[in-house]
Amino acid sequence: MLEVRNLHKVYDGHGRRVTAVGDLTFTVPEGQFACVVGPSGCGKTTLLRVLAGLLPATSGEVSVRGTPVTAPPKDLAVVFQEYGRSLFPWLRVRANVELPLKAAGMGRAERRKLADEALAAVGLSDVDNAYPWQLSGGMQQRVAIARAIAYQPKVLLMDEPFAAVDAQTRADLEDLIRAVWQRLGVTLLFVTHDIDEAVYLGQRVIVLSASPTTVAEDLAIDLPATRDQLTTRSDARFTELRGQVYARIQKVKAPASEGAPA
Amino acid sequence: MRFLLRALLAVGLPVVLVAAWWFGSAGSQDFYWPSLSTIVDAFGRTWTGAMFTEQVFPSLWRLLVGYLLAVVVGVALGVLIGTFRSVRSLLEPVLEFLRAFPPPVLVPAAILLSGIGDRTKILVIVFGCVWPVLLNTIEGVRGRDEVLSDTCRTYRVTGLLRLRHLVLRAASPQIVTGARQALPLAIILMVISEMMAANEGLGFTVLQFQRGFQIPEMWSGVLLLGVIGIVLSLLFRVAERSLLGWYHGQRAGQREW
Ligand SMILES: Nc1ncnc2c1ncn2[C@@H]1O[C@H](COP(=O)(O)OP(=O)(O)O)[C@@H](O)[C@H]1O
Ligand SMILES: [Mg+2]
Repeated sequence: MLEVRNLHKVYDGHGRRVTAVGDLTFTVPEGQFACVVGPSGCGKTTLLRVLAGLLPATSGEVSVRGTPVTAPPKDLAVVFQEYGRSLFPWLRVRANVELPLKAAGMGRAERRKLADEALAAVGLSDVDNAYPWQLSGGMQQRVAIARAIAYQPKVLLMDEPFAAVDAQTRADLEDLIRAVWQRLGVTLLFVTHDIDEAVYLGQRVIVLSASPTTVAEDLAIDLPATRDQLTTRSDARFTELRGQVYARIQKVKAPASEGAPA
Repeated sequence: MRFLLRALLAVGLPVVLVAAWWFGSAGSQDFYWPSLSTIVDAFGRTWTGAMFTEQVFPSLWRLLVGYLLAVVVGVALGVLIGTFRSVRSLLEPVLEFLRAFPPPVLVPAAILLSGIGDRTKILVIVFGCVWPVLLNTIEGVRGRDEVLSDTCRTYRVTGLLRLRHLVLRAASPQIVTGARQALPLAIILMVISEMMAANEGLGFTVLQFQRGFQIPEMWSGVLLLGVIGIVLSLLFRVAERSLLGWYHGQRAGQREW
């Protein structure tokens, strides 16, 4: 379970104060797949970093599975927005996936098994011996996902993971993530700026306003659990839901653009 | 074909220069500038058997020990300074001061303090070679990609595992750069320390030859030093290739895009 209560974050440094998150409050129950959408620069990455214990909040409380976050919580994995840079270029794919397990003190045989399973799940069994920089962007992303899967987290945070991959790869990865979530039963917070993606993936979509960030809309996605790129996306309910999210985002954007110079 | 061309280019100029020296100096009557063939002849006579084990080997040994110590000390200090801001502010002024000394200046003082044994010479080599390693290591540690640090924090990769797989590896391109800069320094300091304070060693022997007017032998010693330099830098290249394979591969890949 994730709890965010009155989260407020100000970056203060080099003579510049930036309010990245205004006032955020929401709760994600255990096992839910929640998507967070919001315009670029509204503080999505900041929110994730605070949840991951990588960044202290300026005020407000954040807790993961009942424990207030002061350091990176146990059983929490992150797939970073800069996934390519989050892989160790000096380690081969398998070693990248196994490193967190090694740090957890897991034996060689078990590490191997988990890494094999995770790499198979993302369809990368045949490149376990490659270096990350020998792979395409989409494949690197899948390595980062495999690393998170092998870690067997209870909570998984993903930051715009598919922003930089081509459409076909993206569709495949979306289905992969749905499958992983269903299999592992993790609590999943998925950040994206793509409305379609949010509606297609999540059980719930949390729409953030532009800065100063608040929750503009919190929408339950009542699409069937088995989703399919073709049928789900052409479902009337899907169109309706994405229309709602889209309208909401247009509305929260409007006040900001009025004051902005043309 | 391209490989052959590159090999030719790489070897071409040295071959031309050596040939020019060989033929230009052939039949030289100048006492101080003997012909290359005389020098090569002296080389074969001089640097074999006991001369090698008693004069060359101790020099190489000190060179190796001093150099490796400098790398270890430089990397260890560099990681500490690069990681902890407090250590940095504590040590930086002292280090700036120490770095200002040209290492040969320390030789006379070092002799007074610890004699003309191996220890003095190794210390001089360490003192001269530690700086490029240290400064480059600090830079490498501080310039590490934050996303990787965050990754380690998130996945709880800590302690020795973090040191080995994150801190040292991320800084390794800079560490290698520093170590490469230190290598010729080590040779220079080995020779200088032996010229100033020794009763054996390569530098000492070359100086003895010069004082004894054994000119071809002296030149052959200079030649030997050059060969040592080349061999060491080739060995360095081999080590670098296996250590930084990922780095060069990654950069080559980026250039293709
Ligand atoms: N380290 C930082 N220092 C100062 N400002 C930052 C920093 N990181 C992000 N910001 C600012 O905070 C705001 C939110 O950034 P971010 O959380 O990255 O947004 P998003 O991920 O939604 O695009 C932006 O205005 C950004 O410029
Ligand atoms: Mg972001």
